[in-house]
Amino acid sequence: MPKVKVAIIGSGNIGTDLMMKLARSDVLELTAMIGIDPESDGLQRAKEQGYEVIDTGIKGFLAKPDLADIVFDATSAKAHIRHARLLKEAGKKVLDLTPAAVGPFVIPPVNLGENLDAPNINLITCGGQATIPMVHAVNRVSPVNYAEIVATISSKSAGPGTRANIDEFTQTTSRGIEEIGGAKKGKAIIILNPAEPPILMRDTVYAVVEDGTMDEEKITKSIEEMAKSVQSYVPGYRLRTQPIFEGNRVTVFLEVEGAGDYLPKYSGNLDIMTAAAVKVAEELARNQLIVHQ
Amino acid sequence: MTINRDIVITEVALRDGSHAIGHQYTIEQVTAVAKALDEANVPYIEVAHGDGLGGSSQQYGVSLTDEMELIEAAVSVCKKAKIAVLLLPGIGTMKELRQAASIGAKMARIATHVTEADVAPQHINLAKELGMETVGFLMMSHMVPTKKLVEQAKLMEKYGADTVYVVDSAGAFLPHEVRERIEALRQALDVNIGFHGHNNLSLAMANSLAAIEAGATKIDGSVRCLGAGAGNTQTEVLVAVLERLGLKSGIDLYKMMDLAETIVAPILKTPQEITRNSLVLGYAGVYSSFLLHSQRAAERFNVDSRDILIELGKRKVIGGQEDMILDVAAQIAENPISVKK
Repeated sequence: MPKVKVAIIGSGNIGTDLMMKLARSDVLELTAMIGIDPESDGLQRAKEQGYEVIDTGIKGFLAKPDLADIVFDATSAKAHIRHARLLKEAGKKVLDLTPAAVGPFVIPPVNLGENLDAPNINLITCGGQATIPMVHAVNRVSPVNYAEIVATISSKSAGPGTRANIDEFTQTTSRGIEEIGGAKKGKAIIILNPAEPPILMRDTVYAVVEDGTMDEEKITKSIEEMAKSVQSYVPGYRLRTQPIFEGNRVTVFLEVEGAGDYLPKYSGNLDIMTAAAVKVAEELARNQLIVHQ
Repeated sequence: MTINRDIVITEVALRDGSHAIGHQYTIEQVTAVAKALDEANVPYIEVAHGDGLGGSSQQYGVSLTDEMELIEAAVSVCKKAKIAVLLLPGIGTMKELRQAASIGAKMARIATHVTEADVAPQHINLAKELGMETVGFLMMSHMVPTKKLVEQAKLMEKYGADTVYVVDSAGAFLPHEVRERIEALRQALDVNIGFHGHNNLSLAMANSLAAIEAGATKIDGSVRCLGAGAGNTQTEVLVAVLERLGLKSGIDLYKMMDLAETIVAPILKTPQEITRNSLVLGYAGVYSSFLLHSQRAAERFNVDSRDILIELGKRKVIGGQEDMILDVAAQIAENPISVKK
């Protein structure tokens, strides 16, 4: 079966984890790993795996644009603004894993099929990928007036990009809660916990529904179904307990165990992001392959 | 006229005290307290949600009054005192910081967990650009050895903080531990050093004095102990003690005692004291703002709130993780024995 060629910009935690996941894809062929630090673990590993390694950043890739049709950007929100422009000019499809929010948002179990034509697709944030499905699951039963999410990740799994982007994380996630989750108002909080051994990614979703619309049974069922949808591409995604209902508020406790591809299993936050990116790229690739045939 | 001060006190009741009253401050209360503090010559008054700018939430508690309105109210009645705001990156953002600066906040205290200083540079830079005085506020300092604390404090200094605070968020430090840490910072840093205590083990004053002896010049206090847990170093008492030590705080002791008695005491439903729950906060090393949340969860799940707090301490839960309280309470209710020992 023919495959669509892809490349990754950014050789940090997310980029390297993505590299390992792409090796398993039936429809995507990773050709190149692009970074700026030849000594970085990500570029070293890419070299070992036999991928083309470019250590001069986006410039190096633009000199060899035939390497890939789809480019994943796993750098930082700031860097992505520039990359987005250059890659658009080069006619590349871009999947943005930074919280730059240049392109429309995609959360696979909510709106995978939408926005596939956009030149740049944004995956919001790890916290958004974990929690927005649940906001949507509540909102499809009872209209959500306000949703708030708290993402707690282990310090070890938060690289310098995430740390430098902490405001972008909360702002982009809040927007995603509203635009994709369907809440009238959204708020996001992120906490980095340094405990050893590192904790699994945990997420708490508070959804306040419109007066008189709370349907505990239906909401619980909707949440359970949504958890299964996410599990289809992130096996370590699970509900920690039954949702808690208090008046107009439902609280959902989640935990995300990673696949342990690059960083150990505690880094569910990497996993849910890279797994979502692969899912969207595979959907794009399948469409593209059908068109070509 | 500038007042000569050996020790610069920041009054935190209008921020840390927000925890103690479930974030229910009114404009009238804040106006009255800030005005009286200004008249007593308190140099800095912190005003914000207990969890800092943007803290109003399901997770931490919804503010009765928008904190920006509270900040504006405090600014409007202060002739000399400067209004400080707290911001925890990950909860609040630069947007709220800009807003606070635009309505007159003059000091930005950027707070991170003691090991996570590197989420702060964006916010410290912005505060500097906005012309604010900046503080790096290292919370839950008791959780790491001195060496780690020094490393993180140096980062805060590098980012441009004018002062770095050792923050005993859990009220868990003992005086000799505070002394060791402040001495190490004094040697490693050029900037001012501050200490923020909690009185959960009845050591806030002793720890503040140990900090001062070791070289700290900025101390936080809460009038009438109006802060999270058992409150902070009691400001009016600190003013008196400093006077006895021959150190100038520049604050009028009589006026401070009067406002404590007549303006602040009526805000509290019950006087601040070291209850069994606040004692356990200090004993188990748990973030002081967990107090009311754990009491509510204990009631809901019919378990002992002390068990919840001890378990949270064992799990090394940090500030901001209030969602863990319900989670742990539910687990204790389901399986009381496995959690207990």
